[in-house]
Amino acid sequence: MTSFLLNKGIYLPHLELTENSKIEVLSAQRRVIIPLQQHIGKGCQPVVKAGDSVKEGQKIGKSDGFVSASVHSSVSGRVIEVKEWLHPMGKKVLSVVIESNGKDEGFKENKSADKLGRDKLLSIIKEAGIVGLGGATFPTHVKLSPPKEKKIDTVILNGAECEPYLTADHRLMLEYSSEIVKGLKVLMKIVNAKNGFIGVEDNKRDAIKAIKKEVGSDNNIKVVSLKTKYPLGAEKMLIKELVGRVVPLNGLPMDVGVVVNNVGTAKAVYDAVYLGKPLIERVVTVTGNVNEPKNVMVKIGTLVRDLVKECGGYKGSPKKLIMGGPMMGIAQSSDNVPVIKGSSGVLVLGDAEEPEERECIRCGKCVDYCPMNLMPITIARFGRAERIKQAEEYYATACFECGICSYVCPSKVPLVKWIKYAKEKIRESKEGGVK
Amino acid sequence: MANQDFSVTVSPHIFDKSSKKRIMGYFLLALLPAAGYGVYFFGARALFIIVVSIVSAVLTQVLMQVLLKRKVKVDGSAVATGLLLGMILPPTVPLWMPAVGAFFAISIAKWAFGGFGYAMFNPALVGRAFLVAAWPALMTAWINADGVTAATPLWALKAGGVKMASYSELFIGNIGGCIGETSALLLLVGGLFLMVTKIIDWRVPLTYIGSLFVLAYVLGKDPVFQILSGGLILAAFFMATGYEGMPLTKKGRVIFGVGCGVLTVIIRLYSGLPEGVTYAILLMNGFSPLIERWTRLKPFGFVEKVNKNE
Repeated sequence: MTSFLLNKGIYLPHLELTENSKIEVLSAQRRVIIPLQQHIGKGCQPVVKAGDSVKEGQKIGKSDGFVSASVHSSVSGRVIEVKEWLHPMGKKVLSVVIESNGKDEGFKENKSADKLGRDKLLSIIKEAGIVGLGGATFPTHVKLSPPKEKKIDTVILNGAECEPYLTADHRLMLEYSSEIVKGLKVLMKIVNAKNGFIGVEDNKRDAIKAIKKEVGSDNNIKVVSLKTKYPLGAEKMLIKELVGRVVPLNGLPMDVGVVVNNVGTAKAVYDAVYLGKPLIERVVTVTGNVNEPKNVMVKIGTLVRDLVKECGGYKGSPKKLIMGGPMMGIAQSSDNVPVIKGSSGVLVLGDAEEPEERECIRCGKCVDYCPMNLMPITIARFGRAERIKQAEEYYATACFECGICSYVCPSKVPLVKWIKYAKEKIRESKEGGVK
Repeated sequence: MANQDFSVTVSPHIFDKSSKKRIMGYFLLALLPAAGYGVYFFGARALFIIVVSIVSAVLTQVLMQVLLKRKVKVDGSAVATGLLLGMILPPTVPLWMPAVGAFFAISIAKWAFGGFGYAMFNPALVGRAFLVAAWPALMTAWINADGVTAATPLWALKAGGVKMASYSELFIGNIGGCIGETSALLLLVGGLFLMVTKIIDWRVPLTYIGSLFVLAYVLGKDPVFQILSGGLILAAFFMATGYEGMPLTKKGRVIFGVGCGVLTVIIRLYSGLPEGVTYAILLMNGFSPLIERWTRLKPFGFVEKVNKNE
């Protein structure tokens, strides 16, 4: 097997606190705030209003765009209001505030799920509002509906949870291995793919074992143990590592006949198809400076503040609150934000180590380790100098912000920040230019 | 709990422990054995030259920061430039020379370009080049360990075609020359240390020395003598590898190293100068941005534009 990451990428410290903590189901909170935009693409229109009573799993936001996913109530209760609320992505988004009555409604199992056809399965996934749970939150039914000329032969499940601290996928693979493998089979059936891969990093041996056992003698599905090197969980790197194909620069996995889904997404697909349950909860790793770091099954819309309280509260004086992992996660200004479909972790850092920036010494480390083979410092300098055209010539838009350049920089130049800036300017100039 | 406010920064939120300080510290450490040997070999005068050079470099750094209204920070980079310059001066120079050389190196080669990270030419080499141009006689008064006037091996070779030192003398360092360049062995120890700790890119010294070896051999010269004599090893490991003057890309660094090797041989064999590393590296420093552009990296998944319709 060729190893793309032989020279690129880095080994990150092992900071996981919760890899041995069983997933705890968090009891529903009194109040949930469910944003109507939890995916890449077009937002949803609310179909409920203040005063309406809703049931767990009931659709509260409808999607009409193609790249869009419905939103469901994660609790039974009453809609208090529909208003703008702070979203983990940093802006305010129209959200439905629901007060729970504490009742579990239960869902209708589908006993004959195995016999369902491709179109029916696809519509179930669409109705269930499933999006990529790895963090990118791309609507899954769109991913599974490639144009006719794109033949898909391989479905990959991404179990290479490669950011330190996060263990949600790890525990999910260990405790829901059967659901994940069944979910994969559904995905393979939908795109009519012969091969299934589940790629798991070798620091989760127990998960590999559990999944392998579940796959059993199915020769179409391969469970592959991967080197624990960041960022192997990035789609393009994972595809190269597992099947040796290179996704073209501005292309998608489907251009090389592959569909990649997170293991959590596979479990959500199982829930929707077999249990009739839409995507209303997910596993979140709550870690760092909290008193009881845990993996918890959380209702979508639960406030991070309530979630942290359930994990024993903050330890010491927290300085930084991050949704996601330490490398790519988004720093939050407040804990008054809800858990959304893409929230894999809540990381609290007490010693917000904001290193002092010094001058670049041109050591070239950022270039050496960039998994996309970019020249981060060059792009960052152009970005900073507003020389947007040059930044684009150095392929700024190919950056997926894995954070390695900033991480390894001895002068601690905020490279990601300036590359992001350049990317944004490039996008603006494109939008302005097309008209 | 009240509305907790958190600091918001762009990812990533963790960092490795590498720092400019550590890089500079390792660099200085790697130079020490050879510098120490130079002092042992040539005596206290060599020590004074090095110290004056370092002090002048640091003072110039502070002066420039004050003049340019920057935050005054004494870091290892000025010390490194001063030490390097001291090591590439003959042990006979009057003490005002390292002072002037270091002033020139820091003020012109470094700060006139905008400071660390913006400089293009290796400051120590610029300082040396300036001194050679301004006071050529003083810069070529060579002695041996006994303080007796003696030519360096390369001078002797150029002047009369005499090989005045054996390989082992060259290797261990029992020869005349600049303060820090006599002991190939100790320089190699330091250089290897920097390669192993990944402070310097192994491509540069390897391609520099390798291309020099091959070219010297092809031209019928003794390649081992060419490598061990003069300042080549010091230059290949400690100066050609200077971050400011080499391309960021690996391919570019290979081209850079080969260029240094070829130019060194050409200058040594076909110019009026016996030693060529200073100008070879400075010239390649000048070419570095161009090489970097030629070798611009293609991102992962890059496909040459064929026809877009499938």
